[in-house]
Amino acid sequence: MLDKRLDLDAFVDRLSDGMTLGVGGWATRRKPMALIRAIARSGLKDLTLVAPYGGPDVGLLAACGKIRKLVFAFVSLDHLPLDPHFRAARQAGAFEVRELDEGLAQWSLRAGAMRLPFLPTRVGLGTDVPAEAGMKTIRSPYDDGELLLAAPAIRLDAALIHVHRADQLGNTLILSPDPFFDDLIARAADQVFVSTEQLVATAELGLPANARFNPFERSVVTGVIEAPFGAHPTGATPDYGIDVEHLKAYAAATEPQAWADYRTRFVEADPQAYLEAVGGPARLSAIPAPVY
Amino acid sequence: MAAHDFTLAELCISACAEVWRDDGEVLATGITLIPRLAAGLAKLSFNPALMMTDAEVYLVEEPVAVGPRAAAAIRPEGWMSYARTFDNIYGGKRHALVVPVQIDRFGQTNISTIGERGRPKAALLGVRGYPGNSINHPNSYFLPSHDPRALVAGEVDFVCSVGYNPARWPDGKQPPWLDLRRIVTNLAVLDFEGAGHAVRVRSLHPGVTVDEVQAATGFPLERPAEIPTTPAPTAEQLQLIRETLDPRGLRATVFKGDPPGVRSAS
Repeated sequence: MLDKRLDLDAFVDRLSDGMTLGVGGWATRRKPMALIRAIARSGLKDLTLVAPYGGPDVGLLAACGKIRKLVFAFVSLDHLPLDPHFRAARQAGAFEVRELDEGLAQWSLRAGAMRLPFLPTRVGLGTDVPAEAGMKTIRSPYDDGELLLAAPAIRLDAALIHVHRADQLGNTLILSPDPFFDDLIARAADQVFVSTEQLVATAELGLPANARFNPFERSVVTGVIEAPFGAHPTGATPDYGIDVEHLKAYAAATEPQAWADYRTRFVEADPQAYLEAVGGPARLSAIPAPVY
Repeated sequence: MAAHDFTLAELCISACAEVWRDDGEVLATGITLIPRLAAGLAKLSFNPALMMTDAEVYLVEEPVAVGPRAAAAIRPEGWMSYARTFDNIYGGKRHALVVPVQIDRFGQTNISTIGERGRPKAALLGVRGYPGNSINHPNSYFLPSHDPRALVAGEVDFVCSVGYNPARWPDGKQPPWLDLRRIVTNLAVLDFEGAGHAVRVRSLHPGVTVDEVQAATGFPLERPAEIPTTPAPTAEQLQLIRETLDPRGLRATVFKGDPPGVRSAS
């Protein structure tokens, strides 16, 4: 039987320097942070990070010096609007940037997922976005003759996605109320690594009742990594909410010594030590839903 | 405070609500506190057909009050996932009221970087969905601090949203659904109804002069001979703001000192 299970070390071994990695989730929701921390601990370098809907995944890898180029539409901690680690790196010119509109990123990923060179759109026209990213226009061949932007395909060497349930074959469930664009990020990638809150038997996925929570078929998935609370400090509702308190501590660790302390305590820690450092499962499970 | 008095925050909420008055059945998106309260006020006081979300993923029957609440306080009527939000945007059935950091005389806005692009003085959020919003559906803007750093001379530092600037339009033609409506600030309401969509003073907040508004703006404003005063929120609207939409009074934190809506002569 197919067995796609990997541990974090085996996951990191599948990656290499200079790769283009796509990250699922949205700002402070369902980011594959256990995988991000494993990359931060590794010797990997010169990564192109495609994190269109960025959160602490971007700030953490920026602060750890892993990013050569960042493709994004925003980086936000949501309740704390700006990520200071991202800001500091961006302001220092620490990496090349390719800034996209949120919908333009969706379109470019969709083109990549469909193995097309581009998809036409109006999004971005009239702004500074296309020229900076080297995008080109294309004229409609039909009677309207409209000049449109050709949103170039984004292809990824690997996608990192966090889900709630997975079996060892790569069947997955995203149980939160919004799957975001994880399906497109996965389909645009050559390899897809899925961290999961719980690794379960196929029968325990609760199909067909949960069919609408199944984001893609298992052939999309390369590897499955069991990672309880693997989205922390971002949220993975309904299993647990956003740890705003931890995000504040992360955002406050800007001075060199404070960052070194944070890194030692929360990044260099293995998953078990990390879970203890952030208060253990009981605390995380009790975090209330965020207020917007 | 007497019931007929109102704060500047409350005046801005009611002025912002006006942007959705004649929109009919569209998604009203108000980002940050004043615009969000304004969307709720528009729905409750004159446009019940408006759709709005819980600021996360559900469309709600009634605006969700701001501040801590029980999850049960939300009454969903539908789903507005991230993907569906873009499907809605591409169909144009939305009017967003957002808060850019800079805006220029064309209505182009910036929330990405201030200063030189490669090593910016300030890295802000990133362009977010501004490019797509601006070319697909009506947009209005709220600027809590009306000054030349926000309403800038020339063009904004990084153009995140399309405006009435023919030099940037594809083939020099106005994009078919470009539709900028209003700019509400702490001093006045502006619109794009001047010659060639020039920014025009639509109304002045009570006690504010047009010269003061011009002095606080980095580009020339069209100044009609008669400029009305921004209408005060009605008693019913004040009650909705205070008791239904923002019972905890978060709006008092928007402007320093929570000043009154009618400025006394100094």
